[in-house]
Amino acid sequence: MTTAPADRPRPGPAVFAPWDEPDAVPLIQFKNVTKRFGDFTAIDDLTLDIYTREFFALLGPSGCGKTTMMRMLAGFETPTEGKILLSGQDIAPIPPNQRAVNMMFQSYALFPHLSVWENIAFGLKREGKDKDTIRARVDEMLRLTRLEKFASRKPHQISGGQRQRVALARSLAKAPKLLLLDEPLGALDKKLREETQFELMDIQEKTGTTFVIVTHDQEEAMTVASRVAVMDEGKLIQVATPPVIYEQPNSVYVADFIGDVTIFEGTVRKDGEHYRLDWAEGQPPLRVRSPASLRDGQTAYVAIRPEKVEIHHNRPDDHNVLRGKVVDIGYLGNLSTYHVELPGGRMIRAQNFNTERDTRQPFTWEDEVWVNWTETCGVLLER
Amino acid sequence: MRRFALIAVPYLWLLALFLVPFLIVLKISLSDIALSIPPYAPTLDLSAGWEGVRSFFAGLDFENFVFLTQDDLYWKAYLSSVWIAAVSTVITLLVGYPIAYGMARAAPEWRPTLLMLVILPFWTSFLIRVYSWMGILANEGFLNMVLGWFGIPPLQILATNTAVYIGIVYTYLPFMILPIYATLERMDESLLEAAEDLGCSRLTAFWLVTFPLSRGGVIAGCFLVFIPAIGEFVIPSLLGGSDTLMIGKVLWEEFFSNRDWPVASAVAIVLLLILIVPIVLFQRNEQKQREAA
Repeated sequence: MTTAPADRPRPGPAVFAPWDEPDAVPLIQFKNVTKRFGDFTAIDDLTLDIYTREFFALLGPSGCGKTTMMRMLAGFETPTEGKILLSGQDIAPIPPNQRAVNMMFQSYALFPHLSVWENIAFGLKREGKDKDTIRARVDEMLRLTRLEKFASRKPHQISGGQRQRVALARSLAKAPKLLLLDEPLGALDKKLREETQFELMDIQEKTGTTFVIVTHDQEEAMTVASRVAVMDEGKLIQVATPPVIYEQPNSVYVADFIGDVTIFEGTVRKDGEHYRLDWAEGQPPLRVRSPASLRDGQTAYVAIRPEKVEIHHNRPDDHNVLRGKVVDIGYLGNLSTYHVELPGGRMIRAQNFNTERDTRQPFTWEDEVWVNWTETCGVLLER
Repeated sequence: MRRFALIAVPYLWLLALFLVPFLIVLKISLSDIALSIPPYAPTLDLSAGWEGVRSFFAGLDFENFVFLTQDDLYWKAYLSSVWIAAVSTVITLLVGYPIAYGMARAAPEWRPTLLMLVILPFWTSFLIRVYSWMGILANEGFLNMVLGWFGIPPLQILATNTAVYIGIVYTYLPFMILPIYATLERMDESLLEAAEDLGCSRLTAFWLVTFPLSRGGVIAGCFLVFIPAIGEFVIPSLLGGSDTLMIGKVLWEEFFSNRDWPVASAVAIVLLLILIVPIVLFQRNEQKQREAA
């Protein structure tokens, strides 16, 4: 890529990070938005800014309110309280058919009686564009999604992956300011899903459209998004770039939701540069470095990712060394996950990359082992 | 062997209850009227052996069909039947579609009840229901009584074609509602949201998405009303007047009043031939629906 860094939407926060620029104007602003369905509060006093050209992921378990947020952006729901601004304008009074927002539905919602070509042309025809403009735009969309060969097919005559691309082409055809994607890859199998994730990023980059994606698949969110919002029970728990979400989660909920993690609960006390967490009788306290300021004796948690835990046959000379026994091995080819039982029954997961072509595993069941990690690898959390 | 037996059941059923009666009617339509029991000739006399069979076949001819083309009563009756059936079908569609649409859009917990209400009239005998329409539409009937309270002069509805239309629409309405409801109910609601998202108003979304997708149900419903309405006999004879011309009524008169079994049979055969076209079209539509689903 020879493009100037400023034109590249997402090779990392150092280049594209409007949320760090104090004078950047957000495309979408949720201002204290609350949405209730009867007694049930789907969205609870939520404030959020999303910037132009972002690929923003709303991530959370089902029922966390992420779909409701998307439906409010599309115009199918209106907030009970608060405002949603698009380019500074309150969108509450604008009906869905007049918003510069298009949506790609989870079920794709392709019109079964229309061909692929007609499906993509559907929105353009409603705008009353002339025939040549429509034809040119539809052909462009077909090229973008590599569907030229299937233009005259009906939706039931093409595969799931192709249908997904038709849905994408149809929602992009009107060149919306904002594209909403509701679990766009949920119906695809794993391999196709991974390919499609990169395709989505590619298309997002080419068209320069702002994407908001709803997903419950954390890997998907981490792969495609410039920023991820982790939601639970109608609230935003953390909004940050994927590396920050992964390496600096702000709560046990986020640490646990994203990726694998082992969490130790205990009481904390400050010890010079770092903190010590007393987590079990007769076990050495865990040392962790943290910018957080916690009171001595406060309940706290240390979260540790399995790939940061080393596993040894002999006791290493380091901090955070625990003795245990291998009880389970998950061999994944590229890496192996060891489930190590600590005295007292606590389990900790450790991962080793299989960098050698050796079919014998260095550790096996019932092996007495030592696990350890450096004091910067653990994350100290208050809640 | 078991598979064969299983397939044989419906075929034997069709053979005994459709093909055999059809052949009998076809045979009678080729016979001549006779003052005997049964009132037609020839009859097959197997005791005469080969000679009897030959004289039997020699006695058959197309005279009755030729007769149907000579008297303009018959083609007028056929035409009038098709016309009345077609108009009734259109009215039934106009009444039935909104009902089916309302049912499909109703809250899911209400749908079984609404479906039940559509089917409920079938619990009462068809004849009784048509008779009660006579009570409603008669000159001193309920309708005119109510109109009288508002000072509106009585309407002459009973014994006109209007009464026939009312009777047919009322009777066949469920056959229109049910197939349309079936297609509307299984329609994915996100399609309408998608249409709206792409710039449709509610009304254009209906015409561009809902209606085309319910087309199969509309076609099925239309045939289910049109086909039996052509041959309808009870409704025109009870609610219609002397000038209501329908082929079912003509057939009944040929058979019972004139005791002309051969001509009555010829009328029935021609009616069947007329119905074959819509029946085949109906079957095609059904098959296409199945393939699409």
